Amino acid sequence: MSTEPTTQPPRLEQTTQPPRLSHARDISRPGFYVKLVLMMLVNAFGVYGIMASYGLEEWGVLAFLVVALIVADYVYFSKRALAGKYLYPGLLFLVVFQIYVMVTTAVVSFTNYGDGHNDDKEAAVTQIQRTSDRRVDGTPTYPVTVLDRGGDVAFAIVDDGTPLVGDADEPLTEVPDATVTDGRVTEVPGADVLDFAQIQERQDEVLSLRVDVTDNPDDGWLRTDNASTAYIAKSLLVYDEAADTFTDPEGKVYLADPDQGLFVAEDGSSLLPGWRVTVGFENYTVMFTDSRLAGPFASILTWTFAFSILSVLTTFALGLFLAVVFNDARVKGRRIYRALFILPYAFPGFLAALVWRGLLNEDFGYINEVLLGGASIPWLADGNLAKLSVLGVNLWLGFPYMFLVATGALQAIPDELTEAAVMDGAGPVRRFWRITLPLLLVAVAPLLIASFAFNFNNFSLIYMLTGGGPNYPGAPLPIGETDILISMIYAVAFESGIRRYGLASAMSIIIFVVVGLVSWLGFRQTRKLEEVM
Amino acid sequence: MRKSFLAAAAVGLSLTLAACGGSSSESTSATSEPMASESSSAPMATGTLTIWVDESRTETFKSIGETFMAETGVSLDVVEKPSADLKNDFIRDAPTGQGPDLIVTANDATGDLVANGLAAPLELGDKSDAFSEAAVRAVSLEGQVYGLPYAIENIGLVRNNAMVQDTPETFAELVEQGRAAEGAEFPIVIQQGGDAGDPYHLYPLQTSFGADVFATDANGDYTSELAMGGPEGEAFAEWLKQMADEDVLSTSIDADKAKQAFLDGTAPYIVTGPWYVADFLAADMDISVLPIPSAGGEPAAPFIGVQAVFMSSQSENQLLAQQFIDFMGTKETQDALYEAQGRTPALTESAEAIDDPIVAGFGEAGANGQSIPTIPEMATVWTYWGGAEVSILNGTAEPVEAWQTMIANIESNF
Repeated sequence: MSTEPTTQPPRLEQTTQPPRLSHARDISRPGFYVKLVLMMLVNAFGVYGIMASYGLEEWGVLAFLVVALIVADYVYFSKRALAGKYLYPGLLFLVVFQIYVMVTTAVVSFTNYGDGHNDDKEAAVTQIQRTSDRRVDGTPTYPVTVLDRGGDVAFAIVDDGTPLVGDADEPLTEVPDATVTDGRVTEVPGADVLDFAQIQERQDEVLSLRVDVTDNPDDGWLRTDNASTAYIAKSLLVYDEAADTFTDPEGKVYLADPDQGLFVAEDGSSLLPGWRVTVGFENYTVMFTDSRLAGPFASILTWTFAFSILSVLTTFALGLFLAVVFNDARVKGRRIYRALFILPYAFPGFLAALVWRGLLNEDFGYINEVLLGGASIPWLADGNLAKLSVLGVNLWLGFPYMFLVATGALQAIPDELTEAAVMDGAGPVRRFWRITLPLLLVAVAPLLIASFAFNFNNFSLIYMLTGGGPNYPGAPLPIGETDILISMIYAVAFESGIRRYGLASAMSIIIFVVVGLVSWLGFRQTRKLEEVM
Repeated sequence: MRKSFLAAAAVGLSLTLAACGGSSSESTSATSEPMASESSSAPMATGTLTIWVDESRTETFKSIGETFMAETGVSLDVVEKPSADLKNDFIRDAPTGQGPDLIVTANDATGDLVANGLAAPLELGDKSDAFSEAAVRAVSLEGQVYGLPYAIENIGLVRNNAMVQDTPETFAELVEQGRAAEGAEFPIVIQQGGDAGDPYHLYPLQTSFGADVFATDANGDYTSELAMGGPEGEAFAEWLKQMADEDVLSTSIDADKAKQAFLDGTAPYIVTGPWYVADFLAADMDISVLPIPSAGGEPAAPFIGVQAVFMSSQSENQLLAQQFIDFMGTKETQDALYEAQGRTPALTESAEAIDDPIVAGFGEAGANGQSIPTIPEMATVWTYWGGAEVSILNGTAEPVEAWQTMIANIESNF
């Protein structure tokens, strides 16, 4: 084909003409209109998304959409970016689903995000101020009228028959010419009474308004929670914004500690809640230095490797064995058997795990009750048996895939090779080990590595089958014998009673590194296998 | 390209939602003004409040929401969340602005919500005396109230009167009697949930050994000092082991199996709360609710749980949410909730109006109960506590040793 231009000189004339247009560029072909409509839709949605993110003030999303849309238009309308036309959708997926997620996880892993450090500092200060606001004991509640006085929200109450009005700048003062009906102020000269709908629109102003009762701030202030009754409250803590401290009535000072994300007093006590701060590599070092984590981490890491390697080996061994057996033309009803073997693969994995959990129950499970005639074998409650059960169930779940893959690969091995081996006098065992297996591995080794990576993070099986149990008695985290790293992360982040998203993210990054490293090494090895050919 | 579709669609959808939110506040002014002119006394509002409830409360709160809508003009969007996820999801979502305005949960979430700064403080004001004192205490932390209590509940001993009639004073005698009962496979069923255990259902028996979970201060508020260690707790641990050896307690009897055994008449006794009683009555069983007999000599004190509505500190509808809180505290609402759920109302006035032997039985069973601790430390306690009990029941650890390790582990987290 490459010699075509030289062997057919008449073609040279054609090269002086414009090159043939692609379907998507030729106005006379439908492909062009399909592309046009698709790109119109893309642009319409893109512009809509940009406007929407502008409306929501999501600047990150907006910037991303603008860039993505411009690049999309360039790639699909330019003649030059031919490779981009194929790669661009995939690259976008990569950015959104992989890189963005990884970067976010990495960022979180350097923070103390978790229980007690759930939000930013501003939210923490607001919340501390709110919760330290207490009603003054023995003071009455007042029906309150919410006013708009010169653009500012003000409160009007009736105290002992005297109408009083005040706002953020002015303490409660008597307004003699206000109209009072049934103990409630209904009209104030120079101010508008707000109805409930108007209050609702300005609820932030209304709810945050603190009207001092007198000139003396120690007398407390008037506030309302529901815009119909007000009460007198005082704060237990005083916030000094300049010094960044809270002070309680006994003079104890809580100073903001930017390293911990907490207001801490000298005696070590702190205020709730704290806020999120960057803690550097603390989450990474704590995994290895904190004895409560380091011990289980090491044993779980070992089990994770054992689980994923053994899972791959057992499923591959069984799948391959069955594939070899059912690849032999002498076996009758091969199609039926093959269809039956695929069944476990057709089950959703988490559902199968749940079913197995029921089957393996010590006292009520089918296996103990019926198959073993009422035996009481702690399939899931004993550490070693639970590990065996996990591997067994995963074998049941995983062998059909290996069977499929191996069957396909076997059929691709040319018969001549086997025949040649037979001619040379090789027996069936030797033929399998010297011819079939090496050729098979060339095709399936990358799949075995992928299977390893999958099982390394096979959360749903562990979570649904054993929940990681049986738990290590007395372990400092609710983790157990069958927990793998990913389910340990779940235990740390969600089940331990104290959520530690930062630590969990750091562990995820470690997993990513481990899986990445193993896969990289594995793929390098498979290249050597290819040299067999 | 498809991705930008998705992203655009997602953002577009949220804009639409935001626009809906925005337009509802606009329509507030449009629709409420004529209403205000019609009846200036009752402030009518429009808008939507989102409330998260667990699967057992969806229907109840939908009907409560209809009443609320009729009274105030504010609609209540009831979102069902699995009970196990509700608190976690709320703590995760609320700071991002995606959380609900209100959540309904048991009071033991209080500490967690406060530690994360997500529960808005409530001022019950003059109404606080109208609620049972234990209920208000159960939703408070350091003197600040965070939730509106609407129901009180505790576990008790439920007896199948068709199998046994008089209940002995001690747990040991009860086991003996239960074994002898005709058709009984289990002397008593106490639910335990797999690996996590169920310290809640074992707590009355634990307190009968004098091993209370936390020490209390002079006001009766819990301090963060663990009180369940020491010889009392260890005695309870030994007893647990003994019960497991005698096949009285087993971790393979979970909530469903315990309930089924009692329904099938294979267990004359079950330790459970009001939530299953409706099913027992629906099956035409003749049952009585009694205090749980003592195993360790002291009176058995179950945890008193309080069901409460919490307002999100991140809510953008605080005013309406406050209205709903006020509405939840009315006698009519508390009565309606009792009708729907059969749990003792937290409002004293509503509770006193009830004349029902089952409710009275649970009341008696919880007479010397302890409110579930709300301090944030409690969240840690549950996990280790359950784990230790499971390891004792399954025989994977020596009882005293397991109990001591548990105490050390919990304290290392404080």
